[in-house]
Amino acid sequence: MEIVLVSLFNGVVYGMLLFMLASGLTLIFSMMGVLNFAHASIYMIGAYLAFTISQFVGFFPALIIAPILCGLLGAAIEIWGLRRVHHNGHIAELLFTFGLVFIIQRSVQMIWGMLPMAYRVPPSLDFSLFNIYGAHFPAYRGFMLLVSATMLLATWLLLKKTRIGLVIQAALTRPEMVGALGHNVPRVFTTVFAGGCLLAGLAGVIGGNYQTTEPGMAEAVGPIVFVVVVFGGLGSLVGCFIASILMGLIQTFAVVINYSIADMLRPLGLVLTGDNLFTEILTVPVARIGALLPFALMILILLFRPRGLLGTRDT
Amino acid sequence: MRPVQFKQGWVWIAVLALAIAAPWAFYNYSTGRQSGFVVSMLSQMGMMSILALSYNMLLGQAGLFSLCHATFFGIGGYAAIHFLEMADKGDLPLPLELMPVLAGLSGLGLAIVFGYMATKQRATAFAMITLGIGELMVTAALSFHHFFGGEGGVNADRTIGHSLLGLKYASGIQVYYLILAWTLVSALAMFFLTLTPLGRMANATRDNFERAQFMGYDPRIVRFLQFALSGFFAGIGGGLYAITYEIVTFDALAAPLSANALLMAYIGGSAVFGGPILGAILITLLQSGVSAMSNSWLVYVGVLFIIMVIFAPSGIMGLVMAHRPIVRAGRLFRLALPYLRVAVPGLLTVLGFVGLVELTSFLTIGAAQGKTLVLFGNKIDVHTTLPWLAATLLLCGGGLWLYVEARAFRRAWEGLMLEVSQASAA
Repeated sequence: MEIVLVSLFNGVVYGMLLFMLASGLTLIFSMMGVLNFAHASIYMIGAYLAFTISQFVGFFPALIIAPILCGLLGAAIEIWGLRRVHHNGHIAELLFTFGLVFIIQRSVQMIWGMLPMAYRVPPSLDFSLFNIYGAHFPAYRGFMLLVSATMLLATWLLLKKTRIGLVIQAALTRPEMVGALGHNVPRVFTTVFAGGCLLAGLAGVIGGNYQTTEPGMAEAVGPIVFVVVVFGGLGSLVGCFIASILMGLIQTFAVVINYSIADMLRPLGLVLTGDNLFTEILTVPVARIGALLPFALMILILLFRPRGLLGTRDT
Repeated sequence: MRPVQFKQGWVWIAVLALAIAAPWAFYNYSTGRQSGFVVSMLSQMGMMSILALSYNMLLGQAGLFSLCHATFFGIGGYAAIHFLEMADKGDLPLPLELMPVLAGLSGLGLAIVFGYMATKQRATAFAMITLGIGELMVTAALSFHHFFGGEGGVNADRTIGHSLLGLKYASGIQVYYLILAWTLVSALAMFFLTLTPLGRMANATRDNFERAQFMGYDPRIVRFLQFALSGFFAGIGGGLYAITYEIVTFDALAAPLSANALLMAYIGGSAVFGGPILGAILITLLQSGVSAMSNSWLVYVGVLFIIMVIFAPSGIMGLVMAHRPIVRAGRLFRLALPYLRVAVPGLLTVLGFVGLVELTSFLTIGAAQGKTLVLFGNKIDVHTTLPWLAATLLLCGGGLWLYVEARAFRRAWEGLMLEVSQASAA
């Protein structure tokens, strides 16, 4: 029971982190048609910047400064990079962000080195919030939940209740029409791109000390975020939210489930013998193939429901 | 893409002759053998050429941006290892020369399965599905030990004692010529595929898939066939990989190799058939040459790639091909001076950039490895300001100068093009 509760909490925390990353990505993707491969790299930059800034002025200023820097970086990428390749079509834009991944990856290694950073949870948040069945629930996870929920609420209010939010929503589905109505669509694009990068940076700041800040962190989380975006469906933040939480739960629960398909067959009187690839697939415990599940789920949903969970149109 | 004319055949023959002769240029008389480093690098170039060419069947010819191409390369490799093992035990009466066919068929089989899923979509969604497939296969390779051998991979012995030509394939040079032969066969096959109706329809669905649909073709079938066939050729490449290294680990199907296939095809030039070969040779050279000198060769490749995406979407081969009308008019010499004027500031900018990158990387990675930066025999202390200032000045000054010269070059180029087209019209 305690395993279930602890995994549930951890899954939700990880899911919220994924959502902060994925919401920016899905906004950029639905609106500009650009899948920003470098999104997870921005997340990594956010973590590294937060580490460096927090060494000088402490964690809480870094929580604000690092995401803003990431947002500015995003704006720069959009204005000087993406806009230039836009006329060459979507493939060129994809290729461009793909190239950025390499450069950011290696630049981070060059500037900060190959080893993990000593980016730690600030002492003021380093205590146990409450106990469940003897297991501690760190206050920092509660803080992560708080930050991501606040950010979620702020984004939602911005999109639903403000004028710029209305324009963004309209541009999500009909960018040409919005342009025809006299709005500066390129500027809206830049704003959304920068906003998405800001969210990714913020996720990096609070995720960098939850997990480890090291050069491989972008590669570790990047593919999962893409799965979330596809799974949740285009143009739907709610779908993205559900998918994020689901993926977070799958990832944390898969680690603790030690059953295999063969274990489920045993009560039916089926006992597997032999030692070949087929029996190996059936007897491998879920914990060992947990990393495989999100991708298998993504392929399944694309086969049977190409628009994703709550998508409004085909990807 | 226009079909390559047979007039260019001599270029191909020259490249082939060069590839045959290359190992002998590095013949070491004291040991009586070719340089092992050169032979293995050339072998790598051959395999990578097949990989890049087959990748270009998707990227260049069908406009599909795939991120799981190494999956089929890797599966070909794994399959070849298992086939070699079977042949070694005597269960499979097949000469080594034909092993890549079986590897290719394994690639084809997997590409049919995954292609059925992935080619339901195109453009960005296709890229995402292939990303998922690639990650799926890497995780599978690490989780299942029977076929993939887990992290250690699987290995076999290529000297199975069964050969069409009676060769033992104990030395690297014999394997190199086997790779070369297969590269030639695959390249020719892929070239003739571009001339078939399928190849032409792939181009059509790339350029305007709605119009291709109106003409009565199903773009999805075209995408599917193209995907499956490119998986076949990638599998051949993987089979050669297995024969060369005699060990296949998950590296052979992991994302970095897929990315490499993309970089090679794009930098070489995806719009020209031979472009990916050039890219494969260039990237392999960079990989084995520059990576020995610099920790940050991937930064250079990445920057080169982005510059190509922004300024030269048709790749190096595309740039070369752009000169053809001028060459035909016999006015190439008029570009000599403009090129020289761009080259000087260009070189300065590159120097400044390389300097900054190396200085930064020596502060961290280099320091961790205990290396020091040595330039023209002088040790350079990366903690002083002078080298940083010099590199920054070079980069900024050179960049500004390059900007001015590049505009002048553009004017000269456009003027010349206009002149040539008027001359040919008259």
